[in-house]
Amino acid sequence: MIKLVPRAQASAKWGYLSPILAVFLTLIASSILFMALGKDPVEALYTFFISPIANWYGVTELLVVAIPILLCAYGLALCYRASIWNIGAEGQLLTGAVVGTVMALQFIDSSSAWAMPLTLIAGMVGGMICSGISAFLNLRLNCNETLVTIMMNYIALNTLLWAVYGPLKDPNGYNFPESALFGDSTLLPILFEGTRLHVGLLLVVLALVVTWVFMSKTFLGFQIKVLGLDKPAAHMAGYKQKKLAAMVFLVSGALAGLAGAVIVTGSTGQLIPAISPGYGYSAIIVAFLGRLHPVGITLAGLLIALLFMGGEMSQMLLNLPRSISGILQGLILFFLLSCDVLIRYRIAFTFKRSGLTATAKN
Amino acid sequence: MDIDLITNILYAMIMTGTPLLLVALGEMVCEKSGVLNLGQEGMMLMGAVAGFIAMYHTDSYILGFAFAMLVGIGMSLLFAVIALQLNANQVAAGLALTIFGTGLSAFLGNDYEGKQISVLPSLSIAELQHIPIIGKAIFSQNAIVYLSWVLIVVVYLFFRYHRQGLSVRAVGEDPSVASNLGLPVMLIRYLSVAFGGAMAGLAGAYLSIAYTPMWTEGMVSGKGWIALTLVVFASWRIERIILGAYLFGFASIMHLVAQGLNWDISSNLLAMMPYIATLVVLVMLSRDKQRLKLFEPMALGKPWHRSS
Repeated sequence: MIKLVPRAQASAKWGYLSPILAVFLTLIASSILFMALGKDPVEALYTFFISPIANWYGVTELLVVAIPILLCAYGLALCYRASIWNIGAEGQLLTGAVVGTVMALQFIDSSSAWAMPLTLIAGMVGGMICSGISAFLNLRLNCNETLVTIMMNYIALNTLLWAVYGPLKDPNGYNFPESALFGDSTLLPILFEGTRLHVGLLLVVLALVVTWVFMSKTFLGFQIKVLGLDKPAAHMAGYKQKKLAAMVFLVSGALAGLAGAVIVTGSTGQLIPAISPGYGYSAIIVAFLGRLHPVGITLAGLLIALLFMGGEMSQMLLNLPRSISGILQGLILFFLLSCDVLIRYRIAFTFKRSGLTATAKN
Repeated sequence: MDIDLITNILYAMIMTGTPLLLVALGEMVCEKSGVLNLGQEGMMLMGAVAGFIAMYHTDSYILGFAFAMLVGIGMSLLFAVIALQLNANQVAAGLALTIFGTGLSAFLGNDYEGKQISVLPSLSIAELQHIPIIGKAIFSQNAIVYLSWVLIVVVYLFFRYHRQGLSVRAVGEDPSVASNLGLPVMLIRYLSVAFGGAMAGLAGAYLSIAYTPMWTEGMVSGKGWIALTLVVFASWRIERIILGAYLFGFASIMHLVAQGLNWDISSNLLAMMPYIATLVVLVMLSRDKQRLKLFEPMALGKPWHRSS
């Protein structure tokens, strides 16, 4: 019989090993899945995980996909550190894109140097409006934050649709649900000639460093951790819980909104209905898989971005629908949660017959 | 406002509220046993795609709905293993179920987008649909709507009069005490979660077979999440779930109301109504934290293991 025996202390080692094991299990599960679909698993795995990044252009494309996911995930991790179940990054990203677009359209014929930074700031404000509403409902009116943020996601999606079908629709656009194309001064500069990789990458690096330093070196970051681990302790220590909570809400909203503005100014160059294939939801997986640590999140974000690209590749080369990447994302999270049990429990194999108890090594 | 419009609004309100009613009923039973399953959205999507595929190939409504319920149960057991057996955080496990279900349903349904099946017909009961105003709403619905009413009565009687109904509640209030009294806590929780899965599967198939006979990716569009709010709204009481489900049904058909009254409002803005209504309800409910705690099953969402 296999039994779970509680550990005296949570295992730090398994905290790091669990995500790696989860990714490994996902690879095994996906080869089984490919086999079941009648594909050669080696070839399919190669197509899915290696071929998208086999050349320089592929690597830059991977980064383009990873940029919005990472921006969202850094912010979500702050919330999860504080035990706030904000799953509203998708909605915050979408409102960021809408508000960013409103700003960008003011600069359509202008060559002002302010155009791009103001658009990005507008995106952050858009994300903060969305997360600010959630924070108000959660902190002032006691509403459950998970339900509030998910509802805001749907409201934001409908706001985006309303905007592209209504006020923001390009008057010269043959009635397509798209905004006008942004002016050149609004678009993010490309980092490397011949690729689509834009300066959004630098924003990601900035966010990585800032959130890392913030969480590990500042008193505010420490307070957030205490709030998440032990609410009564935070209360006893006299921390301003609501202010801390409101702050992480707003910061994560700003980052997700920035992600939305980066997509419209860096990738699409206009507002379209399909700006995000669920980046904000994937960011939840990324935050958990990265153990809520900015460095771990960066690695996890690149992996999930690879899943998005692998989905595209297998659609082109293997004739499989791209939604297969959604299955793999779900599987990773399932395996991660299952492996996490090893942090708090160890597996013991008990042999009833002889009464002998053999314990697996950690 | 003319009589025809009111008649049709009442009819559409009940028709639209039914999937919410089914999911909320299942989730309520699940929560009464102390398990919070946030994966309703994912299970509904799987039910919708499974029901549609079965219906497409067999052309049998019974097989379509039965298959959807089986798939819903399978999904919920996946959650149960992770949340109950492996003691994972129930919020995270439920989210994982929704993400997984969204991806898997999109994958399975990929070849079925745009395909057509015949819609579940409505059954008129003894010509009673000619009663003005309420006749059409109550006596001219499809079989699943009637089934949902039967289920409500059954679940109500189960919790009110049956010994096992009390067992479910005991497990949800204090699993340790229930276990000491000899109740099989894990089994009861597994069965409650599975009932929730079956209801979510049925509700999903209702959407893809009875409500709009087609499959589109993500077609559940948040109804699983709204149902979670409904359970809180109903303070875990069945009578109020009925009221809540049809109120939300009404919020979802605002575009019909607007059309009937010749309002000129963007359909995208009207599509926000059920979500805004959910927020409004949440605000009204959450004003008094103490009162909310009064009705909530005490062990809701808390992992429990026999040894602990």
